[in-house]
Amino acid sequence: MRASLFITCLADTLFPQTGQATVAVLERLGVQVDFPVEQTCCGQMHANTGYGHEVLGLVRRFVRVFGDAEVVVTPSGSCAAMVREGYERMAAEAGDEALASQVRALAPRVLELSELLVRRMGIEDVGASFHHRVTYHPTCHSLRLLKVGDAPVRLLRCVRGIDLVELPEAEQCCGFGGTFAVKNADTSTAMLTDKLRRILDTGADVCTAADSSCLMHIGGGLQRSRAGVRVMHLAEILASEDA
Amino acid sequence: MKGGFPAAAKASLADSQLRRNLGHATSTIRAKRARVVSEVADWEALREAGREIKERTLRHLDVHLERLEEAVTRAGGTVHWARDGAEACAVVAQVARAHGSEEVIKVKSLASDEIGLNEALERAGVHAVETDLAELIIQLGDHDSQSHILVPAIHRNRAEIAQLFRRTLGVEVSDEPSELTAAARAYLREKFLTVKVGVSGANFAVAETGHVVVVESEGNGRMCTTLPEALVSVVGIEKVLPRFADLAVMLQLLPRSSTAERMNPYTSIWSGVSEGDGPREFHLVLLDGGRTDVLADEIGRAALRCIRCSACLNVCPVYERTGGHAYESIYPGPIGAILTPQLRGLDQAPTLPWASSLCGACYEVCPVKIDIPSILVHLRGRVVRETGAEGLGERAAMGAMARVFASRRAYEAAQRMAKLGRGPLAGAALRPWTRSRELPAVPAQTFREWWKERSR
Repeated sequence: MRASLFITCLADTLFPQTGQATVAVLERLGVQVDFPVEQTCCGQMHANTGYGHEVLGLVRRFVRVFGDAEVVVTPSGSCAAMVREGYERMAAEAGDEALASQVRALAPRVLELSELLVRRMGIEDVGASFHHRVTYHPTCHSLRLLKVGDAPVRLLRCVRGIDLVELPEAEQCCGFGGTFAVKNADTSTAMLTDKLRRILDTGADVCTAADSSCLMHIGGGLQRSRAGVRVMHLAEILASEDA
Repeated sequence: MKGGFPAAAKASLADSQLRRNLGHATSTIRAKRARVVSEVADWEALREAGREIKERTLRHLDVHLERLEEAVTRAGGTVHWARDGAEACAVVAQVARAHGSEEVIKVKSLASDEIGLNEALERAGVHAVETDLAELIIQLGDHDSQSHILVPAIHRNRAEIAQLFRRTLGVEVSDEPSELTAAARAYLREKFLTVKVGVSGANFAVAETGHVVVVESEGNGRMCTTLPEALVSVVGIEKVLPRFADLAVMLQLLPRSSTAERMNPYTSIWSGVSEGDGPREFHLVLLDGGRTDVLADEIGRAALRCIRCSACLNVCPVYERTGGHAYESIYPGPIGAILTPQLRGLDQAPTLPWASSLCGACYEVCPVKIDIPSILVHLRGRVVRETGAEGLGERAAMGAMARVFASRRAYEAAQRMAKLGRGPLAGAALRPWTRSRELPAVPAQTFREWWKERSR
């Protein structure tokens, strides 16, 4: 299988280790990974903040860059959902039927990492080892838009040495919500505080998720409160191996 | 409040008693709803049927409303068309006057609160007595207002309510729920038996037969709709259903979604007037109040499918923390965030479409499948394009970032600038973020730089 990596602007710029881990896991499983360098951002931040009309070009760019890919894989449930759920609506609202049909043709080939591994490739054990207590936060868009279900948990359960503990009220939003975290910073912080309390209650030393953005939020809160608990992207745990 | 939702939310978030009351109430009802919904094997099919009925009705709303008018008139009722709240309030005041009544008894009704009926009646010399327990609590309180569609006094706990009753009704009560309801019952019973005019809203109105339907839990609605000489029902035009059989779907969806009950205790269904039984006069006021404008928005109009169950409030992580008052509308929570700006005009509530993290929990539970997150995004776009509410600074920043993402070279240049803490991709402008959260350090090497190096 040949997979084109859609890294997301956030991971590209701020969390390169997530991208490296994604490549490592896929290559370990024999997937041929390529990285189309013309990609930039999917446009979700603009679209969800009310500026979708300014980034229709990014929809066209995505279709141009990834249109011929066998499979597009991304370490972000939210950005995958933007392409799969949001793009067609944006194209339709702009009255560009040709673009909408291109999006329809591409969208089913855009997969979040755990979807690709579990649902498409049928692999749960990726040969990882990780000797820590870990709790998993299902991010809203991976859960409710992509409906990845328990795919990430299935992958984590197969990791050797892992002590996977359940996060109470896991399905409640961490309060990130893109520009919501800034425009409604107080409400966002109240949501984050409750999420952090539940993470700390598990006694985990690592909180993991399938989205760098939510992890940036949770991690930013953990770091500010000097909690001594870190966040790691799902891909990074799956890439970990015994030395 | 100046500053809209963010400012109002900040005030609510600081109220620790409110946070505790809300957290307890919403988590209890969330769990109960999940339990009773899971009992229904074909719940998803029911939701789809509910969506379909409402969507189809809204497409030909004019036709269904005229059929409703005909049917109600045939059954001996009088139909009034109200363009706005003022016209609707005037009809109610006129009926009260015609019966020489200085009081009306009211069934809990959101439409009446939306148009400020109680205040309008007060100005016309008519006192409206709320007979729903929670509405009564709100009415007795000083400057209190509803904070939930279904449980309007959700922000009060029973200790606070006992104190309120002791002070305003002059009764000695403990905070035992049975004592509190007994005190309210004694007060209300006299009103039911003496007041000549009743006022209600409606959950549904059936075009085919002219039936009006009120769904409730306390029996006060049954009293108000049967005991007075005259009954006025103020009903939003989106409440019409084409066929009586449509109730079979709606009356399954509503109780489980709202009170988390398999069936609600009281369902009152009547059409027009019946000789020797119930009110001798029935008036149906069909309220537009901005709804026709909402219909004009092809995406936003789905908000009119709402059956006011409040399931979206109970699952919303924003509502759970801010409570209803922060939305500054009788319609709070996710549904309020899409309904209020559309009913009042976007420039009147421009911050509400952003009062959501777009987590999608609301859409998941909505019994008529209103895709609230998508409508929020759509309304955000309309606020940006049609009002100046979002400010020039944000527009400039968004424009700069759009230009960066439009070209690979500009994007890679901005990434290099970000390492120096500068440019459109640097987080320097994110002060509201850093008040409670650290920003990640910008790494020395971007992913694409690593990829390029590796491929060499």
